[in-house]
Amino acid sequence: MIVELGHFALVLALCLAAMQSYFGLAGAHTQRAQWMAVARSALVGQFVFTVLAFGILVYAFERSDFSVRYVAMTSSSALPAIYKFTAVWGAHEGSMLLWLLVLALWSVAVAFFTKAMPESFLSRVIAVLGVVSIGVNLFILWTSNPFERLVPAAVDGNDLNPLLQDPGFVMHPPMLYFGYVGMAIPFAFAVAALLEGKLDTVWARSLRPWTNIAWAFLTVGITLGSWWAYYELGWGGWWFWDPVENSSFMPWLVGTALIHSLAVTEKRGLFKSWTLLLSIFAFSLSLLGTFLVRSGVLVSVHSFASDPKRGVFILMLLALCIGGALLLYAWRASRFRSDVGFAMVSRESFLLFNNALLIVATLIVLIGTLFPLFIDALDLPKVSVGEPFYNLMFPLPMLPMLLLLAVGMHAGWKRADLSMVRKPLLIGAVIAVIIGIAIPLTGYGKAPLMTCVGISIAAWLAFSALIEPFNRIRRGHSLSPSVLGMSIAHLGVALFVLGVTIAKSYTADRDTALSPGSTAQLGQYELTFVNVKDVEGPNYTAAEAEVVVKEGGKVIATLHPQKRIYRVQKNPMTESDFLADWNRHISVAMGEPLGREGDTWSMRLQYRPLVRFVWMGALIMALGGIIAVFDKRYRTVAAKQSSPVTAQAAAKQGV
Amino acid sequence: MKWRFAIPAIVFIALCGVFGWMLYRTGAEGYNVSVLQSPLLGKGAPSFKLPRVEAMDQEIDSRDYAGKAYLLNVWATWCVECRHEHPVLLAIARQNIVPIIGLDTKDDLNDAQRWLNALGNPYVATAFDADGRVALDWGVYGAPETFLIGADGKILYKHVGALSMRVWQEQFLPRIQQGSAPVKPVGEGS
Amino acid sequence: MTRLWSFLLLLCLAVSAFAIDSESFEDPALRARYEYLTHILRCPKCQGETIAESNAGIAVDLRREVRRMLSEGKSDAEILDFMTARFGDFVLYKPPFSTRTFVLWFAPVMILGGALIIALVVIRKRTQQSFDDPPGSDASATEGNKVDAT
Repeated sequence: MIVELGHFALVLALCLAAMQSYFGLAGAHTQRAQWMAVARSALVGQFVFTVLAFGILVYAFERSDFSVRYVAMTSSSALPAIYKFTAVWGAHEGSMLLWLLVLALWSVAVAFFTKAMPESFLSRVIAVLGVVSIGVNLFILWTSNPFERLVPAAVDGNDLNPLLQDPGFVMHPPMLYFGYVGMAIPFAFAVAALLEGKLDTVWARSLRPWTNIAWAFLTVGITLGSWWAYYELGWGGWWFWDPVENSSFMPWLVGTALIHSLAVTEKRGLFKSWTLLLSIFAFSLSLLGTFLVRSGVLVSVHSFASDPKRGVFILMLLALCIGGALLLYAWRASRFRSDVGFAMVSRESFLLFNNALLIVATLIVLIGTLFPLFIDALDLPKVSVGEPFYNLMFPLPMLPMLLLLAVGMHAGWKRADLSMVRKPLLIGAVIAVIIGIAIPLTGYGKAPLMTCVGISIAAWLAFSALIEPFNRIRRGHSLSPSVLGMSIAHLGVALFVLGVTIAKSYTADRDTALSPGSTAQLGQYELTFVNVKDVEGPNYTAAEAEVVVKEGGKVIATLHPQKRIYRVQKNPMTESDFLADWNRHISVAMGEPLGREGDTWSMRLQYRPLVRFVWMGALIMALGGIIAVFDKRYRTVAAKQSSPVTAQAAAKQGV
Repeated sequence: MKWRFAIPAIVFIALCGVFGWMLYRTGAEGYNVSVLQSPLLGKGAPSFKLPRVEAMDQEIDSRDYAGKAYLLNVWATWCVECRHEHPVLLAIARQNIVPIIGLDTKDDLNDAQRWLNALGNPYVATAFDADGRVALDWGVYGAPETFLIGADGKILYKHVGALSMRVWQEQFLPRIQQGSAPVKPVGEGS
Repeated sequence: MTRLWSFLLLLCLAVSAFAIDSESFEDPALRARYEYLTHILRCPKCQGETIAESNAGIAVDLRREVRRMLSEGKSDAEILDFMTARFGDFVLYKPPFSTRTFVLWFAPVMILGGALIIALVVIRKRTQQSFDDPPGSDASATEGNKVDAT
C-alpha cells in the first residue's frame, strides 16, 4: 500500500512540476506577481512529494519488500543495512529517481537562495527547471517505474552486485548526480536570460556560486568514482577512458570552461553569448551522458541494463530541451553583444585561451567516445578507441593550457602588466626544471622525458599558484576567498598533474604464484605470503591471506587480501588490501588457488607511487572552487528586486 | 553575421538524427550490440586436423571437405546456449542439405561423448579442439558459433549465438542456394 | 536476445576476480611487452575491458597466446596482426590508421588548430576596440596588474 503511495506521490510531483513550469513562464511573461508566487509554491510541493516518493522507496528497501520488482532485483535480506540504502540507486529505475530528487533539491536551493536577480527572472529559471523535472518524471513513470510490483513476490532478492557493496559506492553516485544535475542551473539561467532578452553582469555574479558548487560536486563525484574503481577492482588503474566515465568527464571540462567564462562576463560584460552557449553545452553533455549510459547503444561495464525504448525517451528529452534552448539561442543570442576590448596580453585573453583549449579537450573526448558508435551505425567494421588514443591526444590541448595557466593567473584585466611577476616566474621555471630532473633521478632511479616534463610543469604551476597568496599575506593585504579559492584550486591542479605523472611513470606490477612461506620481490620491497585462512562475512565467505611487506629487511605492513564468494549471486570477488601511504601504495590481490592442496595462490602485487596525489589534487581543486563561493561580493547584494534597473544599481554599490 | 548563432542548433539536430538512427538499429530485430563482424568472411576457412570425439584414434581433416559446402558448429558441454540449439542442429542435419561438422572446444572428452550419445549427434564428424587453438583461429570468442563454408572453401557467413530455425532459413539457406559472396552477419535473433 | 545478454553478462561478472596469471616472465623486457600488449588488446566478448583485466575464457586464452608468441620471439606488430586477423580491428584499443579512421586521428589536431585560429581572430578584433567600459555599464574590473581576483 505504501509503495503505491510512493507511485502516487510521483504523479503528484509531476502535476506540480507542470504548474511550476506554466505559472513560472506565464507569470514572468505577464508580470503577475501572484502567478510567480504560485510557481514557487508548486516547486516546494514538487520537492516535498519527490522526497516522499524517494523516502518510500528507501523504506521498501529497508523493509526488504520483495513484492516490489526493483527491490527484488537489487537487494537481498542478508544485505547489510547501509547497502540496502545505497541499493536504492544501484540500478536504473532507482538512480533516475535519485536524479529527480537531486534536481528538486537544486531547484529549491536556487529558488530561495539566489541573490540579486529579480522575481521574474527567477520565475523563468524555476519554470525551465520545472520543464526538465517534467521530462525526467515522465520518463520514470512511463518507462522506469521503481514502484512496480512483482507478482507473486519473490522469496528473497537477487542481491546487490557485490562490486557495489562498498563504502565508496555510498557517496559516488549522489556526489556525481549533484554535479551532473547541477549543470541544469546554468542551463536554466541561460534559457531564462534568453527569454528575458537581457544579460548583465549581475546575472553572471548570481550564477557563479551555483556553478562553482555544481562543478565542485562533479569533481568530487568523479574523483570518488576513480578512487573506488582503483581499490575495488584491484588492478591498479584509476581511469579507463570508458565511454561512461567520459560522459561524466565532458560536463566537467565544459563546467571548468564555464566557471572561467563567467568570470569574464561578470567583470567586463564580455563573452556573453559564449557563456550562454557553454551553459547550454554543459547540461546537454549531462543529458547526453544519461542517454549513452541508459539507451543500450553503448557497451560498457558501467552501463545500466536498459532497452532502446528508454533510449528513445531520453533522446526526445534531450532533443526538446537542448534543441529548444539552442533554437532560442540562434534567435536571440545576437543581441548580447558588447563592444569593449582588451589587450593581447590580458586576463581576458588568457581566459579565452583557457576556454578554447578546454573545449578542444572536450571535443577530443567526445569524438573518441562517439566514433566507435558512428562507425558501427554506418555498418563498417567495428573499432575501439581506448587509452592509447586518449593518452596521445588529450595532452595536446592540456599541456599548453597548463603552461598558460601558470602565467595567466597573474594577468590583470584589460591590459596585463606582468612585469612584477616576470622574475619570480622565471626563477620558478628554472627551479621547476631542476626539480623535474632531480626527483626522477634521486627518488626513482630513472628520468624519462615526459616524466621530467610533467613534474616540471606541476612544480612550476604549484609555485605560481602560491605567489599571489604569499605576496598578499606578506604585505598584510587581505586574502579574499576569491583569490584564495583560485590559488588553492590551481594548486590542486598542480598536485593532480604531479600524481598522474609519477604514478604512471614508476608503476610496477607483478603476477606470481606464491605458496605459504615464499617471498616475491617488487622493486625494493619484499612480500612474503604467510598463510591463508577461511573467514565468514555477512553475505559472503572468503579465503583471507596474510602477506607481510618488508622494505630493506624491515617490516612496514601486514596485508590481508580476501577472495570472497557472495552467497546469493555466487560470484567470486577479489578484495585487495593496501598499504596506503601518502607517497605510495602497495597492494596485494588474490587470484586463484593453484595446485592440489589449494594453498598456493596466484597473486598480483602492485606498487603505485604518489597515486594518492591524483585524488588529493582533484579534491583540493574542488575545495578551491567552494572557497571562492564565500567571497563577500556574492553575499553583499541586496535582496530580490522587482525591477532590473534597481538590481543593477544595487550591484554597482555592492562590489 | 547573425547566422553563426544557428550553427550549434544545426549541429545538434544533426547529432540527434545520428543518435536516433543508432537507436533504431539497436532496437531492430536481431541486432546485438556486442556481436563482432568476423574479419574472416570471404576468406579461406582456416584448416585444421584434429582427433574425432566419436573415435579418438581417427582424425578429421578440414581438407577432406574441400569442394563441398558445409557448416561448422562450435560448441562445448559447458555452454548453456549450445544445449538450446542442439535440437535445431538435429533438425537441420535431418534435412540433409549440407553436412555439419562439430568443433568441440576446450571440453572434457568424456563429457562430450556422453553429450552426443545422450542428446543425439547431428554432426558427420566432431573435431576435438582440446586447447581451443583451432577455435581461436576461426575467431571464435563465445560458443556457440556456426559458420557456413562454401564449396570454394571460403567462409560465407557466421552466426554468433544459438542457431534457430529462423536464422537457418533466413540467413543460411539462401546463401547455400546461391553459393553467393559473403554478406555482413547479424547476431542472434530472439 | 535477453538470453545471450545474460549469458555474456554472467561470463563477464567475474570481472572483479580479475585476471591474475600464475606464470610470470623472467625477462623484464618481455614482461613489459606482455603488460603493454595485454593492456591494448580488448576482450572481444566483454563489456569494454582489456584482456589483462578480464577473466572471461576468451581473455584467458588470448593472454596465453600472447605469452606463447612472445616467447617464440614474435614482434608486437605480428602479435597484434594475429589478433586482428581473427577478431577484427575491434580488439585494438588503438584504432589503426585507415580511410575510415582518418577522421578520428586527424580531428584533434584540426580542432586544436581551428580553435587557436579563432581565438587569435577574436583577440585581434578586441585589441582594436576601446578598453573603456561604456557609460552605464556595470562592469567591475579595474585595469592593470592589480589582480582583483577572478
